Amino acid sequence: MSAATLSPMERLPAPPPSSPSLAVAPVAAMSAPAADLPPSRPIIDIDHVDFFYGQSQALHDVSLRLDEKKVTAFIGPSGCGKSTLLRCLNRMNDLIDGARVAKGSIRIRGIDIHAPAVDVIELRKRVGMVFQKSNPFPKSIYENITYGLRLQGVKDKGRLDAVVEKSLRGAALWDEVKDRLHASGLGLSGGQQQRLCIARAIAVEPDIILMDEPCSALDPISTSKVEELIHELKKEFTIVIVTHNMQQAARCSDQTAFFYLGRLIEFAATRTIFMNPSNPQTEAYVSGRFG
Amino acid sequence: MKRFFDTELETFRSHLVLMGETSIRQVRDAIKALVTADIALADRVIAADDEVDQLEISIDDEAIRYMNLRSPVATELRFVIVGMKASHDLERVGDEASNIAKRAVKLAAEPPLKPYVDIPRMAGIALEMLQDALDCFLHTDADKAIAVIRRDSEVDAINRQLYRELSSFMIEQPGTISRALELMFISKSLERIADHATNIAEEMVFLAQARDIRHTDELKKSPLDA
Repeated sequence: MSAATLSPMERLPAPPPSSPSLAVAPVAAMSAPAADLPPSRPIIDIDHVDFFYGQSQALHDVSLRLDEKKVTAFIGPSGCGKSTLLRCLNRMNDLIDGARVAKGSIRIRGIDIHAPAVDVIELRKRVGMVFQKSNPFPKSIYENITYGLRLQGVKDKGRLDAVVEKSLRGAALWDEVKDRLHASGLGLSGGQQQRLCIARAIAVEPDIILMDEPCSALDPISTSKVEELIHELKKEFTIVIVTHNMQQAARCSDQTAFFYLGRLIEFAATRTIFMNPSNPQTEAYVSGRFG
Repeated sequence: MKRFFDTELETFRSHLVLMGETSIRQVRDAIKALVTADIALADRVIAADDEVDQLEISIDDEAIRYMNLRSPVATELRFVIVGMKASHDLERVGDEASNIAKRAVKLAAEPPLKPYVDIPRMAGIALEMLQDALDCFLHTDADKAIAVIRRDSEVDAINRQLYRELSSFMIEQPGTISRALELMFISKSLERIADHATNIAEEMVFLAQARDIRHTDELKKSPLDA
């Protein structure tokens, strides 16, 4: 479900008492920016994060800073923690029993997202998400896009219409669906459904869009449409994408983080990762020698 | 972990090595044919140029196929690109060997203008440079490649010296003009072979370090220029 569209009924429980209050955590050393990029404004600052599912540690001391209006790709073999970290960024992991950030902090625009004062619904409005499998609501295309805004109490039809058009244009879907906005979102093709989910995510004007393997269920044409869309979207949004497709990471992203066994192995400009990575494990992975 | 298609890269590498060895042999034989006035050997060099040309075609074909099917990245991508470029340089080296052999045939019909000293020395340096540059296909070594680049000026210096010397021959004894011109062209061919070795060495630095050092002057200065 898109972060933008959680209903009040689905409001998340408060973090379990075992979660430390990170708001009072001491200020740790600055986490690492990509090794070889000119300084930019970091919007997400992940600082020495340890993450557990119950007793099992999924992330070990991960630090990285992601720049605003850039596309960052998380790559690594299955189980390396890349999706876990992605889901930390809008606290989607709160939905899983026993899942917790045990150490470190994640700050978005300087605000610790685990601080008690942070409203997780508000957080997910700012940090939207698109999933591997497209998940439009069983409603019309129009209602899919306006769902989040309606939850926020927006009733003005003129404004809703404008948002629908802007979001669908933003997701490169408008021309294909403008004559059937009231048809079911489920009647669209797989690629169109995924773009509908992207339109739904951007309708609430988030700062950040998280994409968890957004093209893995799409055919090559739909994949290239979504990739083109990512290229367009980064003018307005910060994008973090998890992908198993090395070529996609190379094509779409500005910076790439490689994870292995829950650790960040290398974080650098995408060009560096795919042309001259400094870590032999990164090289072996991007060359398809393991993973 | 070995991948099932790693043999394709090994074949590519072995063809590059073979092309390098063939080109070096061609140059060495062309110079030998010149010095010993061996027309039969010169003819064999000219005929064998086709082998080098065919290797260039195979290497290009393998590189394109590999890039198309395997989408190489990082070291592998650099290796395939560098291999393709090096094969073009080696093809030109083969052409220069063939040119030298053709001139050797012409020169064999006349008495030598002077004992062959500088040309074999120049060929020796150019071939060492070529060999060292090509060794990097087997053992990537940026320092060795940079050393090759620095030697280019040694060959250039001999070429200039030969040019001056042969010019004086032509001025003083017009009867030597045709032979002196052939030798000048041979000297120029060897100078070009050293340039191709330098090109390959520059590519080897890219292979080793992903750093493009072409068209920068600092590496070309040798201790001789200091």
